[in-house]
Amino acid sequence: MAEIILKTENLGISFGGLKAAEDVNLEIVKGDMYGLIGPNGAGKTTVFNLITGVYKPTFGKVFLCGKDITGESQMNVNKLGVARTFQNIRLFNNMSVIKNVMVGLANNPDYKCNIAQSIFRTPEFMRTEIAMREHAKKLLEVFGLLEERNQLAYNLPYGKQRKLEIARALATNPKLLLLDEPAAGMNPHETEELMETIKFVRKDFDMTILLIEHDMKLVSGICDKLTVLNFGHELCKGETKEVLNNPEVIKAYLGDEN
Amino acid sequence: MNGFIRYFSAVKARFKLKNYLTYFIFLAFILIFAPLGLTGSLKMSTEFMLEQIGYSIVAAISLSLVVGFLGELSLGHAGFMSIGAMVGALLQNKLYPSLSASSPFLALVIAMIVGGLAAAVFGFIIGLPALRLKGDYLAIVTLAFCQIVQTIFEQLPFFGGTLGIANAARYSSHKLFIVIFVVALISLVAINNFIKSKHGRAVMAIRDNEIAARAMGVNVSFNKIFVFVFSSFIAGIAGVLMAASKNTVAANAFTYNYSIDILVMVVLGGMGNINGSIVAATLITVLNISLNNVFTGSMAAIKNIVYALVLILIVIYTNAPGLKSFREKHGFGVYWSKFTAKIVKLFSKKELKQDPAKEKEFGADWSKVPTKVEMDAILSTDLTPDKSYVSDKPAPDGKTDGSGKGDK
Amino acid sequence: MLDFLTTLINGLSLGGVYAMIALGYTMVYGIAKMLNFAHGDIIMVGGFALLIVCNATGITSVSLIVAVVVCMAVGILTEILAYRPLRGASPLAVLITAIGVSYLLRSIAQLAFGTEAKYLEINMGTIAIGSFRLSVGTLVTLLSASLVMVLLTLFINKTRTGKAMLAVSEDKDAAQLMGINSNRIIMITFAIGSALAALAGFFIILKNPFSVNNTMGAMPGIMAFTAAVIGGIGSIPGAMLGGLALGIIETFSNSVPALNPYTVAIEFALLIVILIVKPTGLIGKKKREKV
Repeated sequence: MAEIILKTENLGISFGGLKAAEDVNLEIVKGDMYGLIGPNGAGKTTVFNLITGVYKPTFGKVFLCGKDITGESQMNVNKLGVARTFQNIRLFNNMSVIKNVMVGLANNPDYKCNIAQSIFRTPEFMRTEIAMREHAKKLLEVFGLLEERNQLAYNLPYGKQRKLEIARALATNPKLLLLDEPAAGMNPHETEELMETIKFVRKDFDMTILLIEHDMKLVSGICDKLTVLNFGHELCKGETKEVLNNPEVIKAYLGDEN
Repeated sequence: MNGFIRYFSAVKARFKLKNYLTYFIFLAFILIFAPLGLTGSLKMSTEFMLEQIGYSIVAAISLSLVVGFLGELSLGHAGFMSIGAMVGALLQNKLYPSLSASSPFLALVIAMIVGGLAAAVFGFIIGLPALRLKGDYLAIVTLAFCQIVQTIFEQLPFFGGTLGIANAARYSSHKLFIVIFVVALISLVAINNFIKSKHGRAVMAIRDNEIAARAMGVNVSFNKIFVFVFSSFIAGIAGVLMAASKNTVAANAFTYNYSIDILVMVVLGGMGNINGSIVAATLITVLNISLNNVFTGSMAAIKNIVYALVLILIVIYTNAPGLKSFREKHGFGVYWSKFTAKIVKLFSKKELKQDPAKEKEFGADWSKVPTKVEMDAILSTDLTPDKSYVSDKPAPDGKTDGSGKGDK
Repeated sequence: MLDFLTTLINGLSLGGVYAMIALGYTMVYGIAKMLNFAHGDIIMVGGFALLIVCNATGITSVSLIVAVVVCMAVGILTEILAYRPLRGASPLAVLITAIGVSYLLRSIAQLAFGTEAKYLEINMGTIAIGSFRLSVGTLVTLLSASLVMVLLTLFINKTRTGKAMLAVSEDKDAAQLMGINSNRIIMITFAIGSALAALAGFFIILKNPFSVNNTMGAMPGIMAFTAAVIGGIGSIPGAMLGGLALGIIETFSNSVPALNPYTVAIEFALLIVILIVKPTGLIGKKKREKV
């Protein structure tokens, strides 16, 4: 039996009576490429925000590797092993590319170094700083961003900003990677390249991925399993092919024929 | 011993004159003026100007930490300086009789530490609302803090009320500016080291995107409070130094207007640019003093008009969106980097390459560091790209040769 | 009891002055998204205009109208020359420019009139009901402040320009796409704010004939700004509420000898407490960044 990385039980939240998400039951097994799809306003990002601690769930629980992480702060959720990207890219724009990644590396137990050590530049600081930089360089190299490492993140082209966001998320050494509409605003060519990147991250980093996406081509191309949300509720879930042929799902996306 | 050698070789490998230029200018400055001061061959007014430049620099770089790196506006920096100054002056006066008369230096050092710590305590208190408030709202809280501190100090009899405290233990004016400059250098190094560490990066990450910083596991609360504490500690020291250079210390020297003066130095120096803050603090202080000498009496207002106009024009020049393309050709930064490049060339004799991938801040080529870092242990994941995923599209990792050491 | 009533009315009238200045801050903040630190100094401009015209003509109403016009002109001029070039720049840059404008106005006044306070008395007499005496000036202040607020609310909600203001404050770019000239709207906002500042200057002189000098706007400016933030900056009823609250607290605190020296500290401490408990002020709208 494969290890269950993420499990949500009847997860939901209401904003002043409006239930943005209700009874969401996800179960993601190690190595899964899991898709969360649904029409606009279906509550997909809300589910992400509930998992990562941006919102505190009103109902239900979230388990990461069997550990209850419901209501933990965003920082702790990340430290426990969930990293995410954002629908509207959120990079540290006025920092160089490599420093963006190094921010993600800071909590790595291999790079422990307290503030006093930093201010006095002790050998420990030098060691961790060098190691962090090397680590960051390797990550950037993998994503083809090494040449741009000293540019400001703001100056990167759109596609590379997306990649940098993924690299930065991976730098925090997560067990689960959440990608929020990674292909938003991309042309077909860029989307295809992104698919390759995601596949590659999954395989080479041995990563479990949960992604939100609108682009059906991307979803059917890379996801093994899907959950479809509509109006904050689960519409259906299962293997990608079954789900995409489900008449309920087609109705939710394309509207009722009658 | 081995570790010692490795440390120094690492320091040497990452050493690049450009990064340390400010330190050397500082040192040279101290070395030139110290003998002049010690032999008493400087005029009183020159010494006073140097003192003023020195503590303005300390104040400006400490504010720069909050405004330029944390990205929060503080209008109450004078409040922290005020606490440092008043506590420091009181302590110096109390210590003076008990310590031997020949050690006002020791009294000054103790005053700096205690004054700094006292200010840091209030930095912590002001850091707390900073967790809930942002931007303009936080700015008004800091302003309010400054006003409250001033009002309360003026009412407390042992701080001399509105008259202030007479500085009984005034440290020798021939040496004071040297002490101030050494303290300024130490604070500069401490702040620079902080910024160029993972903690400094976390702080800048909060500035650039707080939500993303949280999602990357940055401890936002701790970092915000720490910056306030650190900044106010140094501001408190600046206050002690300012008090030391005056005959009396009164709370009304640290009004909200003084906060603005410091803020102006930071902004004119360029946000997040410590060297710029130092240059601006020096120029503004010198300009202020010399204009004060030119426009006296009823003409003093002309100085303020000039000051205000220069301020407005510089901010418009450096920030107006309409002037962007002009700035990229003729901005201060362009000339500054040309200037530093020339200086570096003078000393290093090496040709400067304009390599776009050149490391900007650390400058060093880290791959040449002779330490044997156990990268394999650190990198538990295998980052070698898998060729089977490289279909007809160029793979995102197309440049790697598989060995993982292919950069450079 | 009578003392209490007098203090309350004085507090309300001081609060009215604060509210009027706070309205200027809050409107400019809401629409141009900037803190106009020079707003307090517009009061000073109005004060000097009043002084000069009053001394020349001796007619209060004429001098008040002239002061309003002069303030509007100065307000519009600073907007066009100093703030407009920085539209779209970082808020901090705009704030520093505003500080520069504030210094500039103060220094020009210093050059022209020196720093000592000028005497200008506008006496409206007092009314007495039994032993209860009340200056007409206080009453006028209170009434006109209320009137201004009602008119301003009506203006914003009922007129085309007012609705355009609301639109610009919601989203400047979208408003521009809907055919609203946002530069013109911002200019009108500055004009209205400055006119209110001139009125406030008049009422300040009404309270204290020795108040005209080059920094007369500094303290009322900071206090009104505090009032605007307490009420929730960007909100017009918030500015009214914050102004009145601050005015009453200041007057009562000043009337108690033990608290008198600490009045400023009390007001600012109140501000900090309110902001910590309710970070957007009493009536402020909460803006949540979408993740």
